[in-house]
Formats: sequence, C-alpha cells, structure tokens
Amino acid sequence: MNEFDDKSVEQLEENEYTTLNLGPTHPATHGIFQNILTMDGEIIVDAVQTVGYIHRAFEKIAEHRPYNQITTLTDRLNYCSSPINNMGWHMTVEKLIGVDIPKRAQYMRVIIMELARIADHVVCNAVVGVDAGALTGFTYMFQWREKVYDIFEQICGARLTTNIGRIGGLERDFNDEAYKKIKEFLHDFPIALTEFSNLLERNRIFVDRIAKTGPITANRAMEYGFTGPNLRAAGVDYDVRVMNPYSSYQDFEFDIPVGTNGDTYDRFMVRQNEMWQSLRIIKQALDNMPQGKWYADVPDFYLPPKEDVYTKMEALIYHFKVVMGETDVPKGEVYHSVEGGNGEVGFYLISDGGRAPLRLHFRRPSFIYYQAYPEMIKGGMLSDAILTMSSMNVIAGELDA
Amino acid sequence: MAQEITNEYIVEKLKTHFENDVVTIAEPYGLLTLVVHAPKAHEIIAWLKNDTQIQAAFLTDVCGAHFPELVGQELGVIYHLHSFVNNVRIRIKAFLPITNPTIPTITDLFAAANWQERETFDFYGIIFEGHPNLTRIMNVDEMDYFPLRKEYPLEDGTRTDKEDKYFGR
Repeated sequence: MNEFDDKSVEQLEENEYTTLNLGPTHPATHGIFQNILTMDGEIIVDAVQTVGYIHRAFEKIAEHRPYNQITTLTDRLNYCSSPINNMGWHMTVEKLIGVDIPKRAQYMRVIIMELARIADHVVCNAVVGVDAGALTGFTYMFQWREKVYDIFEQICGARLTTNIGRIGGLERDFNDEAYKKIKEFLHDFPIALTEFSNLLERNRIFVDRIAKTGPITANRAMEYGFTGPNLRAAGVDYDVRVMNPYSSYQDFEFDIPVGTNGDTYDRFMVRQNEMWQSLRIIKQALDNMPQGKWYADVPDFYLPPKEDVYTKMEALIYHFKVVMGETDVPKGEVYHSVEGGNGEVGFYLISDGGRAPLRLHFRRPSFIYYQAYPEMIKGGMLSDAILTMSSMNVIAGELDA
Repeated sequence: MAQEITNEYIVEKLKTHFENDVVTIAEPYGLLTLVVHAPKAHEIIAWLKNDTQIQAAFLTDVCGAHFPELVGQELGVIYHLHSFVNNVRIRIKAFLPITNPTIPTITDLFAAANWQERETFDFYGIIFEGHPNLTRIMNVDEMDYFPLRKEYPLEDGTRTDKEDKYFGR
C-alpha cells in the first residue's frame, strides 16, 4: 500500500499546483501590482490581485484643498494622459459654477486632450509589442511621446504631470512655437505610425501571439464596468465623446473603432485606429480654430493677468482670493465624465458651498476594469497573462488613487 | 424606439412600482437623482437594470459619503447607473445611520460593484450585506478606523498656522 491510495485524484492534483507571485515589482507588470497566481505548470488556475500599493488618499486630500489645487491631484491619476484628467476636473467645476467657456478654449482643449490620448495609446501599444518580443517598435515610438510632451511644454511649461489649463479656460494662448510643433507632429507622426503599423498589425508572429488571448465578451465587459478601448474592443461602441459630448466634440467628425472578440489583438487594433481618429480631430480643430479669448470671464476662479495684479486694485483682490481659495462656490452635486485614455474618467463632486469639496469621488476606469483580470487570464498561459495586462493598460496611479 | 425615455418617464414608471420607497426626486444639473430607502436600493437598481425600456444596464460608479450633521443618516451610498440604449444617467442615493450602516450588495447584479463596494467599505465602513469578500482594498487590513469619515482630520492637529480664525472664516 502506498501513501496515495486514500486520496482522490483532485487532492493529488491540488498538491502539484505552484503558487507564484507576479509582482509587486516585477518588470513585466509595468507598475506596482501584485498577482498571486496558482499555476498548474504554465497554465493559470487561479489569480488573486492585490491593489493599493500606491494609494495616496486623493479623495481625502481633495476634501481639504481649494478647487484650483485639486488639479494637481488629477495629474497623478492616469499619468500617461494627465491633461485629460486635468480638463475633466476643470469642466466639472465649470459645470458646477455654470460657466460657458469660449469656443476657442474648447478647441484648444480638444487638441491637448487628443494629443494626450495619442501619447497614452502610443505607450500602451508599444509596450504590447515589447511584451510580445518586439522591442524595436517601442524604442521607435517612444520618441513620439516625447514630442507630444514638447508640445505640452510649450503650452503649459510641464511635461508629464502637466497641471494644464485653469478653471475657466487655459492659462495662456498657444504660442507660435506650439503651433509649429503641433503642425510638425501632424506631418511626421502619421509616417511613424504607418511604419509601426506595418511592423506589427499584420505581422504573422505578432498576430498569432496575441489573437485570442485574454478575451472577454461584450456582456461580461459591460457587467464589469469596462469603458474606453477595452470595452470597444469587445464590440460595444460606447464613447463619452459621442454619447455626452463635452468641449465641443460634437463639432468634429470622427469614427469610433470597435473590435469583435475583446481579445488582446482587438484591444491593440482599437488603440491603433483611435490614434488615427485623434489625428483627424486635431487637424479639424486646428483648421477651424475660432478667434477670440482662451478664457471665460470668471474672475472668481481665473487668475487675472500679472501686470494687472501689480497695477490694479481689483485684480490684486481677485488674485489674492483665487490663490487663497476664498471663493464662493454654489452648493450642489455634479457628475461629469470625459473619455480618458482608458475609458470614462468621472468626477462626482458634492459641494456644500465651502472652499473645498464636501466629497469628491474619482471614477477611475482602471480600478473598475482591473477586477476582470483573473477571469480573463484563467486557463491561459502565464506569458499570455502578461500581454493581457499590458493591453488592458492598467495604470497604477489611476488604479489606486 | 417609439417611446423616448426621459427623466419624467422613468420617474412616472418608477412611482407605479415603488410608490413608497423613493424619498425624494431631483434633477441637479439634469441628472435624475433619486433618494431611496436603503433596504430597497437593491430592488430598485435591479428593476432599473431589467426594465425592457429603461435598460440601465451599466453601473458607472459606486461611492460613499459622510454627512455628520444628518443625524440618523450620516452615511450615504451613491450609485450612478447609465442606460447606453437611451443615453440616460440615473443617480441613486441611499442614506444609512452610522450606528448600523448596512445595505444589500449589488454584486449579484453588476460584477463591477465588487471592488467599488469594497472601497466604500474601506473608506466609510459601510457593510454591504451578501458581498462575497468584503475586506479592505486600498488600506492595510490592520487599520482599525474608516479614514474618509469626517472626524478624521487630514493634517496634524497641532498645527496652528492654518486655523480658520486667521483667515476671517
């Protein structure tokens, strides 16, 4: 009689599972995520995620900051496309105080947001390439993110955590250098993107590697609260820019790319096509840029010009009030959402009329759709799980807030 | 689609089913906001999701809030639903006493609610009855308080340079 006789097959098998820690600082996870995997050889049997490694209590901090100081918190949510978060926040406050900003400022915002989307998608797709073994595309495409940052630098002075724009518009008009850089980008980037596409989109090795990995059906994706490219890859054409247009998105003509299987290849292709659509939007916004001011007349929130602060009493008073956060804000609650790089970035704001919000909640798309990760990788190979994660584009800052 | 689904239509239809469970109805900034009795929140959300015309089948957001001055209903749970078919958003709010903050979970309706309810529990201590794994998600498991409640100050309480009296407040 041997020692296994009184055990069932399942019990014997269970004993052979390996527990594997993927993360928290594994290079392949592109951020601080931990996944405790139960492995049967190279097949994933079960996965449990741990999140919260870089939780910084933004929602608590926001309850203690005046409205204009919260912009810097939003920078650090999805730091791959900070300007979209910044402007989502500005639009939330503008909705609360009921101010319409000039068309020109709205078009300028659209240009900035679409550039941010391109920068976000470029990194994500290039990294999908890296995880599949194609480093060339990454080293080549990364410089285009730098060029987008050069444009941001011209517009607002910062590159990564931009703090771009103000409540009521933008801090200054685009300068000639910014226009020059945007035009250069519009000319050169399509060439690079075409080369990147030729390298990967129909590359047999790459397609075989990522097609049918990490799939999710449209129904499950909706139940899991997917938004953005990940939801569209599953075949649901939900895009906040079209469904609830903000910042004059209704003026522009663009398509919403969708996939069919919700697998890694579809997510990759949706992002690829979205970059082309973003380029279309930027071109239209540049060609039809309205004349006028780049800020609304809201002295309670928008800083007066510096030379006025030094010479005019009224401007000095407003400057002081804005900087010290001594502005009356209406009571009320407002939800505003924008289409971020990863999906619907929402801001739920309750104001009790005080200098800081009573409650500010960020709807972070990464946090919501990362829940589905174990379901998407179970039964697959470990190497597919890595690709699935990078194609979902989970950003640690957004995940943990 | 013959019938256009407006906020009025949803309110009318909801009233016929849940006459006594909806406390107040408002539309701040155009978004239909319903305050409901907490024990009925699950039922109402399920009804909004499954109604063949309203089809609020997407859960945008779940979060908590703390209102210390509302005695007996200090904690709030706020749900945002979205009907993709009709492009209508609905906000459902339920208030709970801080002494016994329990509300039925909606994880059986929306898989997306799982972590959002855990986060709400983590921040405010709201108990979602029937949740499969109601543990802390952002903070460490050993934490013995709910940090987003208003009684916990953010900064060092011994600091005096930020006192309101110096700013005329």
